[in-house]
Amino acid sequence: MNIERLVSMANQIGTFFATDPDADAASIGIAQHLASCWAPSMRQALLDHLDDRNGEGLVPIVGKALRDHRERLAGRRGHP
Amino acid sequence: MSMHSHHDRGTPARVSSRQVTLSIDGMTVTVPAGTSVMHAAAEAGVDIPRLCATEQLEAFGSCRLCVVEVKGRRGYPASCTTLVEEGMQVATQSDALFRLRRGVMELYISDHPLDCLTCAANGNCELQDMAGRVGLREVRFADGANHLTEAADTSNPYFAYDPAKCIVCSRCVRACSDIQGSFALTTTERGFDTRIAAAGGDDFLASECVSCGACVAVCPTAALMEKSVIELGQPRRSVTTTCAYCGVGCALDAELQGDRVIRMVPNPAGGANRGHACVKGRFAWGYATHADRITTPMIRSSIHEPWQAVSWEAAINHAAAEFRRLQEKYGAESVGSITSSRCTNEETYLVQKLTRAAFGVNNVDTCARVCHSPTGYGLKQTLGESAGTQDFDSVMQADVVLVIGANPTDGHPVFGSRLKQRLRQGAKLIVVDPRAIDLVDTPHVRASQHLKLRPGTNVALVNALAHVIVDENLLDEAFVAARCEAEPFAKWRAFIADPRHSPEATAAVTGVAATELRAAARLYATAGNGAIYYGLGVTEHSQGSTMVMGIANLAMATGNIGRPGVGVNPLRGQNNVQGSCDMGSFPHELPGYRHVSDEATRKQFEAAWGVPLSGEPGLRIPNMFDAAIGGSFKGLYVQGEDIAQSDPNTRHVTAAMEALECLVVQDLFLNETAKFAHVFLPGASFLEKDGTFTNAERRISRVRKVMPPLAGHADWEVTQMLANALGYPMHYADPAEIMAEIARLTPSFHGVSYARLEELGSIQWPCNEAHPSGTPTLHETEFVRGKGRFMLTEFVATDERVNRRFPLLLTTGRILSQYNVGAQTRRTANTVWHPEDLLELHPVDAEDRGIRDGDRVGVASRAGETVLRAKISERMQPGVVYTTFHWPGSGANVVTTENSDWATNCPEYKVTAVQVSRVEQVSAWQQQYARFSAEQAALLKDRSGTKAADAPV
Repeated sequence: MNIERLVSMANQIGTFFATDPDADAASIGIAQHLASCWAPSMRQALLDHLDDRNGEGLVPIVGKALRDHRERLAGRRGHP
Repeated sequence: MSMHSHHDRGTPARVSSRQVTLSIDGMTVTVPAGTSVMHAAAEAGVDIPRLCATEQLEAFGSCRLCVVEVKGRRGYPASCTTLVEEGMQVATQSDALFRLRRGVMELYISDHPLDCLTCAANGNCELQDMAGRVGLREVRFADGANHLTEAADTSNPYFAYDPAKCIVCSRCVRACSDIQGSFALTTTERGFDTRIAAAGGDDFLASECVSCGACVAVCPTAALMEKSVIELGQPRRSVTTTCAYCGVGCALDAELQGDRVIRMVPNPAGGANRGHACVKGRFAWGYATHADRITTPMIRSSIHEPWQAVSWEAAINHAAAEFRRLQEKYGAESVGSITSSRCTNEETYLVQKLTRAAFGVNNVDTCARVCHSPTGYGLKQTLGESAGTQDFDSVMQADVVLVIGANPTDGHPVFGSRLKQRLRQGAKLIVVDPRAIDLVDTPHVRASQHLKLRPGTNVALVNALAHVIVDENLLDEAFVAARCEAEPFAKWRAFIADPRHSPEATAAVTGVAATELRAAARLYATAGNGAIYYGLGVTEHSQGSTMVMGIANLAMATGNIGRPGVGVNPLRGQNNVQGSCDMGSFPHELPGYRHVSDEATRKQFEAAWGVPLSGEPGLRIPNMFDAAIGGSFKGLYVQGEDIAQSDPNTRHVTAAMEALECLVVQDLFLNETAKFAHVFLPGASFLEKDGTFTNAERRISRVRKVMPPLAGHADWEVTQMLANALGYPMHYADPAEIMAEIARLTPSFHGVSYARLEELGSIQWPCNEAHPSGTPTLHETEFVRGKGRFMLTEFVATDERVNRRFPLLLTTGRILSQYNVGAQTRRTANTVWHPEDLLELHPVDAEDRGIRDGDRVGVASRAGETVLRAKISERMQPGVVYTTFHWPGSGANVVTTENSDWATNCPEYKVTAVQVSRVEQVSAWQQQYARFSAEQAALLKDRSGTKAADAPV
């Protein structure tokens, strides 16, 4: 699994929730979706990308969701 | 004539609030008003002789054999067309009636061959029975004109038409029109010259006949007869089971001689099919005993080495050892499983249980990932339950039907016929589809609106429909206020009212004129009961889940949910795709759609299964592929799926398969995926095992074993052996025990058991303390989640867009005679109708490229290129091309991309930007595929091993 693909998938999720006029609700929605549907290793890879490459390619609302809900989203490192 | 015909009451049952009491042969009978005298007599145990009448068809009154006497009336009325009246006194036996009936029979037999002893219908012929009933002893007119020398039409692969044996009762013509709705059969000429003919061709095969078999089922003689019966003789016993093809889930009777299937006939009591079937379920079951079946377990260390046939014990132990080795070396999460939507609920449940309890991971997924996973997500978010809301009977109460991205007459043909019946009664139809599917304009059915949208613009269209409903005050305000959450609705109302969602604004995106769209929205919202049926044309998009939510919004906004005749109805693809999802096949959900992170649910399963369970979601199928290519996912157990053919971007999938160190495939055949396998475990067809399937209307139906498993074990037994070899004990005696565990652990299944299924025939879940007989209609008084939730559904254009290099949009689908990857139907005579996948394109696009019908054309996308033959068709709109994926060598999925639904990763099969051009030879991928397949065939042929390998563990 390459990080470009994860970034692209996360951005798609972000775009759906971005419609919500309440930015905090959108951020929670993104985090909830990632937590409930993505394997921990995929979430951790995205967080590592946020840390290592400043989340290059991520739309801002996804970056915000990752930062706001880091603890909830952190997972095991494993699958690249 | 099926073995069930003996219980036929001659004309259909009627439902009425008014009861009528009459006397038949001195017996008092009370029946609903509108009932025929023939049917009433049957209720009283009096079987009136008949030939043209059958319970499955409306009365016709042509044979005159069913005449009766009615006190106070002159003449001898036909009991099939005479309706009961209060106080009526009917006599079914008298000397006059005896003479009349015998005279009628004499005339029939004067033009019928007297070859009963060698006739295929011998012993099961209504004409023969009636001749006996009326005491026919001589035929005085045998030397007159007759049709006895007319040649039989044997063109259809499954049944023959022998006009010499036809009595022109028109049952077949009426079955074709009234039940199937094809109107392919007709009567020609008049009087003595009247004959039955298939329209639109010189013979049955070339005609418009769709080979549903309804005509054969109702034929009272051997005029229309299954070739299998002609060749093998009449069946002696019958076992009721459930079709293993599409999500309609037809109840079928396997009629047998010993363990040999002679024919499959639809069961009239079937809740899903009401006595009808299609060319696949009715006839295409020969794959079960095809020579390609592999019945010996095999192993090999590399996919470039010959297979070694081994015992079940050796194969299972080898697979288990490999999975344990991989988990030790690469970590627990390095392995996973894929459950099958073609296998039973019990088998699917065991595979996910093995994954969670024996592997200790949630890396389990199912083929719903690539079809209806957005349905599960979208309906759960809005309505609270990941399933369709109605039963199929519901369509008969619909006033307007909105069919979106589905082609029921091909994909779900028995439901398609039912829908056409309702449309012929006057219900309105709106079709939303880029192609002109058959329903748009078919005999006696024409859509009021065909919204021929551009692929990839569903959400813009559904938003525009909702906009009109809000804009023109067509909302069901009372329903919304009572049944839906107020705040999300207020948010949605403001969102959808924005002019950017108006039909006038979206027309440029969707290609649908605003006037047409407004008319469709008004029709749906105001015609009475509005029902939505949708298929993969909704889900297989980058916004598949958004579209499902948009559909649910539409139904809630108009109050079209919670009663018969309305609802949101996903037409599920495979026979048990609903069941496989129900059984916990998704990596984030335990059985019953309960999230793995839910502490209480997990503890319940941990207590029952005796192991700790992970509370984190596992990998989905595309995640598994990516992880395999990335090097962290190494072992996969695939039961009854062919991901190497069905999943998008074939080269990506096969790269993932090649990266695995242990691929275990359990299947009937060495399918495309098995060519990459290291362990092959022989599967069992639906004829070889017990279990249950759950269809698109949540109907749980029994699958019953009619023959022993060819390889010695049903699939559930194989999974159980694998679990035991992995060190996790499973000791189920039979599938009933597995269902008992499912029922114990799953609230919506609490009331389900094999005993209850025997009692009720089938059960629509939820079936529990609150609904002991099941639930035909969901959300009747409140939504499963309490209040319905409107969701915001902004249209986001897919990344897959046309450009100079790829100026056309490819959309893929399926056709009537073939089923998904074709592993089953390609091994039947159905290939006569579809010997290869074709590329359909509009005449304008063909002309621009100098393409003629039948030319070889290259289809190239950013993912890959394949070559198909062209079929020029005005079904298509300019700019859109279409193909099917039933033949692996066609490489349809070499072209599709890994673009997927934002919420579920369901692939965007319906939108791929491509270029099409004339070519002279197959593509590089196809050449490579042919070489690889030849190599795998040779490795299979060269397999080593002994007969002893077949011995069961």
